[in-house]
Amino acid sequence: MKQASSTQHPAPGSISSFLDQDQQKDLLRFLTAGSVDDGKSTLIGKLLFDSKKIYEDQLMALERDSKRIGHAGDETDYALLLDGLQAEREQGITIDVAYRYFSTNKRKFIIADTPGHEQYTRNMVTGASTANLAIILVDARKGVITQTRRHTFLVSLLGIRHIVLAVNKMDLVDYSEEVFEKICDDYKKFVTRLSLPDIYFIPLSALKGDNVVELSDKMPWYRGKSLLHYLETVHVSSDRNFDDFRFPVQIVLRPDLDFRGFSGKVASGIVRKGEKLMALPSRKSSTVTRIIGPDGDMDYAFPPQSITLTLADEIDLSRGDMLVHPDNLPRVERQFEAMLVWMDEKLMDPFTQFFIKQANNVTRAHIDQIRYRVDVNTLEQSETNALALNEIGRVVITSAKPLLFDPYHRNRSTGAFILIDPITHNTSAVGMIIDKVNPSDMPSRLVDPESKRLIEQGKSLIGKQELEKRYRQRGATLWITGLHGSGKNLLAYTLEKQLFDAGATVVMVDGSTARSGLNRELDFSPAGRAEQMRRVAHVCRILNDQGIITICSFISPREQVRRQLAEIVGPERFHLIYMDAGLDYCRSNKPELYELADKGQLHFLPGVDEPYEVPENPALSLKPENMAESVAKVMEFLGEMKVFPISSSQ
Amino acid sequence: MDIQNYSLNNLRELEAESIHVIREVAASFEKPVMLYSIGKDSSVMVRLAEKAFYPGKVPFPLMHIDTTWKFREMVEFRDRYAAENGWELIVEINHEGLAAGIGPFTHGSKVHTDVMKTQALLKALDKHRFDAAFGGARRDEEKSRAKERIFSFRDRFHQWDPKNQRPELWDIYNTKVHKGESIRVFPLSNWTELDIWQYIRLENIPIVPLYFAKERPIVEHEGTLIMVDDDRMPAHIAQKATMRKVRFRTLGCYPLTGAVESDADNIEKIVEEMMTTTKSERTTRVIDFDQEGSMEQKKREGYF
Repeated sequence: MKQASSTQHPAPGSISSFLDQDQQKDLLRFLTAGSVDDGKSTLIGKLLFDSKKIYEDQLMALERDSKRIGHAGDETDYALLLDGLQAEREQGITIDVAYRYFSTNKRKFIIADTPGHEQYTRNMVTGASTANLAIILVDARKGVITQTRRHTFLVSLLGIRHIVLAVNKMDLVDYSEEVFEKICDDYKKFVTRLSLPDIYFIPLSALKGDNVVELSDKMPWYRGKSLLHYLETVHVSSDRNFDDFRFPVQIVLRPDLDFRGFSGKVASGIVRKGEKLMALPSRKSSTVTRIIGPDGDMDYAFPPQSITLTLADEIDLSRGDMLVHPDNLPRVERQFEAMLVWMDEKLMDPFTQFFIKQANNVTRAHIDQIRYRVDVNTLEQSETNALALNEIGRVVITSAKPLLFDPYHRNRSTGAFILIDPITHNTSAVGMIIDKVNPSDMPSRLVDPESKRLIEQGKSLIGKQELEKRYRQRGATLWITGLHGSGKNLLAYTLEKQLFDAGATVVMVDGSTARSGLNRELDFSPAGRAEQMRRVAHVCRILNDQGIITICSFISPREQVRRQLAEIVGPERFHLIYMDAGLDYCRSNKPELYELADKGQLHFLPGVDEPYEVPENPALSLKPENMAESVAKVMEFLGEMKVFPISSSQ
Repeated sequence: MDIQNYSLNNLRELEAESIHVIREVAASFEKPVMLYSIGKDSSVMVRLAEKAFYPGKVPFPLMHIDTTWKFREMVEFRDRYAAENGWELIVEINHEGLAAGIGPFTHGSKVHTDVMKTQALLKALDKHRFDAAFGGARRDEEKSRAKERIFSFRDRFHQWDPKNQRPELWDIYNTKVHKGESIRVFPLSNWTELDIWQYIRLENIPIVPLYFAKERPIVEHEGTLIMVDDDRMPAHIAQKATMRKVRFRTLGCYPLTGAVESDADNIEKIVEEMMTTTKSERTTRVIDFDQEGSMEQKKREGYF
């Protein structure tokens, strides 16, 4: 049986049948990993050369280049075909991912050629993300070295299921079976710690062409396939997830009133016409009426097809929402654990509000915790506060809105995400979701009637009267609202001091204290602000229940939100104080943020690009100019309302 | 379940990937544009865009940078295709260059290409404030393109920095840009020349007839076969023209685009010729002979 060497060459006259056949080939994307010295470029050059991809004029250019900067002595330096950029060529190394294309009678191939140096983990991870298979090169003279382990770890981290361990330079170890077997054994021992379902071992010599395209007579003891033959026949299409239908909506098509289609790529699973689907996060259901593919209507669709779905009912669905089968749902969570690869020159700053992009959703996210960092060479875990370029760690992430995801090992499409730096817009990190942290305990709505009821069930053993007797006060919340720079904090701090001096028990909360810990993952968007105040209001409620007076200083620009805060705290003990200062006063008092907002470098600043709604009915309305008078007014008000002081007889 | 039913052939997989890329741009950018060179790759890209938004209309225009030296057949094809298929077509010319009389015969290929093509493109992008521009480039065309991202970031000055590219993983594209910055998007990145021909054949995509062999007035100039397309060619060169059966493997400015002698007058014959040929497609572009790594140099300057 003659195998391999199936390079393209149509018989004259049969070009149409050649094209028909060529069109039906499938596509294999593979990664090659190895160091400069392992002969990786030579191997790829050989594959490309033998599949007639290298045209004669490129070879002529190559001969010209070889004379000047070639590294291969008198022989043709195949590596020069691959290393594209001038600077790299002069250094003689490949420093980025380069994609190469070739084809045989059986298959088409895309090679992601990535470098093996430690500092370029980033590039290897990039190449691995789209590959079905990885060729890991080992120098037969050196065997399994640190670098081999690193490459294998990264390949397993990115979820590649097929590995070829190509033991190269067999010619330099006299084609020894013993050497080959030893390397295979070492490698097998190492990979038991990783999840790699399919590993194929091939002894070869890229330079001499042994076992690359044709089986070599130099290694009669080897009974496997040549590298190219293996690449042509390895079965990869079943690697896709056909079980869990996930359709993240990419764009909504609405050309006219009669047509409303949801376009996107099938991330996993199969969808059929007439099936019932559920939309997430709304959980509304409908039936598939049409599936439109690039070639017209279809009865079913599967990954990775790009399609458009129409539904029987008008349900609200936009980009980032997901269509799924009602009996097979992804996770819907704001918190999850993930393996994160740091891709940015800039060290991870744990206080950054990143943009996260996952399954067509873009929202804000924050790294809560680094559980550990993994050393890519030893796989050892260590503690760290921040990840640096090319470092990998297991982290906990919280996003501003719930994400729809699956664990990466089950679903490469819905389990992957990128983190984007909010200032530079660089892709700072990429991640693979392990799973949710624990069942969601963070309601996304501002007031959750159910949790309110639960809180009310809790009963302290200390009676209200006992508390009032001890503290000589009644628990209440003074909520100070007003524009940035209106003097809220000055009032709050002065009040706190005055009340304390008078014997009251007070807790003060303002924006910076709340954001430093309790709310550190929230941003300054209207939604972030609302969530921040919702949490603070709940804290006030707990403290007020225990007899403590709370003073809160927040811009709180929305009337509707302020009403909800009163609901959370209890309307009878929530007192809204409005700092009535004009925008001009505020700007001159605290100009920095306003200037940034004017330049468009800061968004959502009430009074500039976000409305501030003047309270309709505040308990007190104060002017900032005379603070002493304002404080006196509040003290008087607290006396009248019987908050503080109260006589022990009451 | 038969798994075979759920696998795509290579062409359909590439098609799905390209449509995903095109939709991602429409969903993420405020003002995208599709750069249209009138070549075969552009024709495929345009067809993919039509498919991506079917039955709706494509939500962005086509833009052609007209150096004023394109083959006449290209310009006719462009106008007819856009009109028949309901595309909004923007044609931009560097009028300053035109007024200064810049042209390939008078100023040479380097100056002409820089002023009438690269500079014209940059001006047009600034003028319309496009934040994303599709190009039909493929990674297998040329060495320096092999490392180009599908979403390729350009700074305020439209510069490409090969050392500082954004990592691009899975099919999750980083589409964030600041004002003035932009992204060049290459939906055909993973297509090869053969894939393009296959797709044109499969989908019956109209292409400029210059790709097919025909008797044309040709002069041989410094080893390159140039077609006499109008009377701007200096008379002492043009008068040597003879009718030869040629076709073009790439299309551009007629004085800068070399023809190849060929009998390939249909797609099958073109592919057959391609499979047995000894020249890669870019060698028929005169502008590539300027200097080693010249494509990389042009890309850094903002050329596609």
